[in-house]
Amino acid sequence: MSTVVREARTGAAASGPSSYDVEAVRRDFPILSATVYGKPLVYLDNAASAQKPMAVIEAEQKVYESLYANIHRGVHWLSVHATDAYDAAREKARAFLNAGSAHEIVFVRGTTEAVNLVAQTLGRQRVKAGDEVLITALEHHSNIVPWQILCEEKGAKLAVAPIDERGELDLAAFEKLLTPKTRLVSVAHLSNALGTILPVKRITELAHARGVPVFVDGAQAAPRMPVDVRELDVDFYAFSSHKIYGPTGVGVLYGKTALLEAMPPYQGGGDMIRSVTFEKTTYNELPYKFEAGTPNIAGGIAFGTALDYVSALGLPAIESHEHDLLTYATAALSEIPGLTIVGTAREKAGVLSFVLDGIHPHDIGTVLDREGIAIRTGHHCAQPVMDRFGLPATARASFGLYNTRAEVDALVAGIHKVIGMFR
Amino acid sequence: MSDLRDLYQEVILDHSKRPRNFHAIAGASRKAEGYNPLCGDRETVYLVLEGERVRDVAFQGAGCAISTASASMMTESVKGKTRAEAEALFARFHELITGKNGETQTEGPELGKLEVFSGVREYPVRVKCATLPWHTLKAALESDGAPAVVSTESEGPHAESGGA
Repeated sequence: MSTVVREARTGAAASGPSSYDVEAVRRDFPILSATVYGKPLVYLDNAASAQKPMAVIEAEQKVYESLYANIHRGVHWLSVHATDAYDAAREKARAFLNAGSAHEIVFVRGTTEAVNLVAQTLGRQRVKAGDEVLITALEHHSNIVPWQILCEEKGAKLAVAPIDERGELDLAAFEKLLTPKTRLVSVAHLSNALGTILPVKRITELAHARGVPVFVDGAQAAPRMPVDVRELDVDFYAFSSHKIYGPTGVGVLYGKTALLEAMPPYQGGGDMIRSVTFEKTTYNELPYKFEAGTPNIAGGIAFGTALDYVSALGLPAIESHEHDLLTYATAALSEIPGLTIVGTAREKAGVLSFVLDGIHPHDIGTVLDREGIAIRTGHHCAQPVMDRFGLPATARASFGLYNTRAEVDALVAGIHKVIGMFR
Repeated sequence: MSDLRDLYQEVILDHSKRPRNFHAIAGASRKAEGYNPLCGDRETVYLVLEGERVRDVAFQGAGCAISTASASMMTESVKGKTRAEAEALFARFHELITGKNGETQTEGPELGKLEVFSGVREYPVRVKCATLPWHTLKAALESDGAPAVVSTESEGPHAESGGA
């Protein structure tokens, strides 16, 4: 069984950017051959979570079958080998982001926990009454609420840089909002609701010119485009395993060594300490200082396998494949009368939000579902973005490395069925 | 598509496109706002009570086909009924769309045209769309004159996840 799968995987991965073989890729994902209500599954909800290749599923199973024990604890064979495998995943994450050192890679539950970690450590340390934290108007709730909690606690202000009608950041307004009171900037790399790619490098230059560190929410960008944290020069970068074809409950917080070292610990517990007495505890070295408690060991190891998988295909190849799908889908959906695409940034990736005149996104979602087409409808955990466009909700198709133009055609046919039913 | 037509029956589509009693009532004696945070839908229900009886009822807001049709047909069903009769009707309606044991079990008022919502029980994620106007009506009935706000999420996690 696994031999066939491995051959298929090698075949897809070996095909390279010049000849992206999406059919070979699809064979690596068992769920893609599923049917829903008797129709072939068309999975276009990748921005919410991505499906898993057989290699990842097998990797997690293999840990429990032959490699499982707690890490960083035992002298016994299993613990040593489980620790090695978990550390290997950390090294894969380092290489994936081109970070300078594996100790700059903190394993967390996901991007949300990474934001909370930085807000509750560096944030509480740096932000005082009257200070400001600067975000943008297209952030996901998880890059809004942790800062609101911090600002409320400190008597600080959450400043929000506006976006324009296309869903692009108003960079001039952003720059004006960078003031001597700004203590931290936190921005998405790629908007989950609109698909806008933010000019993270430029944002970082502007912030650094004023001595302000930058946190980047890379949950949507990491699965879709090459990320080099040293080239971007960002101070923190976070992303989630489950959106990059790995297991749920695992994520990465990258942080620059000097900042991580200066930060207090996040949670107290086992593994994050060097020594404990009732009088005083000294904390462990990086990154363990931020990793209290037993983590998702098997998930972390399988996350490493997911990074191997996307790296073998190549992020540039994935990016260009998804760019082709987005361009094709944008053209096709633009032809549909009464359909408006929400989010028309010039630099855009992966995500296509839309509304239909007189038809609620919920009804679009239900009708498409019966066609086997999975999309997201609602506010996409970005209510301020919806408010900005005066909409309660949108329908959102989001692409992954295994989607095809034929699936976009199915989406278009599905939308015509929706219109036929409700008009 | 026949199964989709069980949900989106002609009567439902008609009421969603041309909702009845779709306006505010100036001088309403009761008013409540219903909110579904999962989809951002909002509906306001206006009531004119005469003693225990609903003399007039209307609604406004933006919602999906199911919630708009449900609100529209609700206003037609409860007009002229007493508060107790309206609440009994909601109980029957709730049973119909959550499909407990597939049938309505308790004794109660006839649902009449509201039976067209029976298809909702096959779509558990849409149950909240159908009940939003009813929860809002109930909040208005119980509001003692002050404007009330009700959320579909106020009953705790998965309170209305409905049938299987």
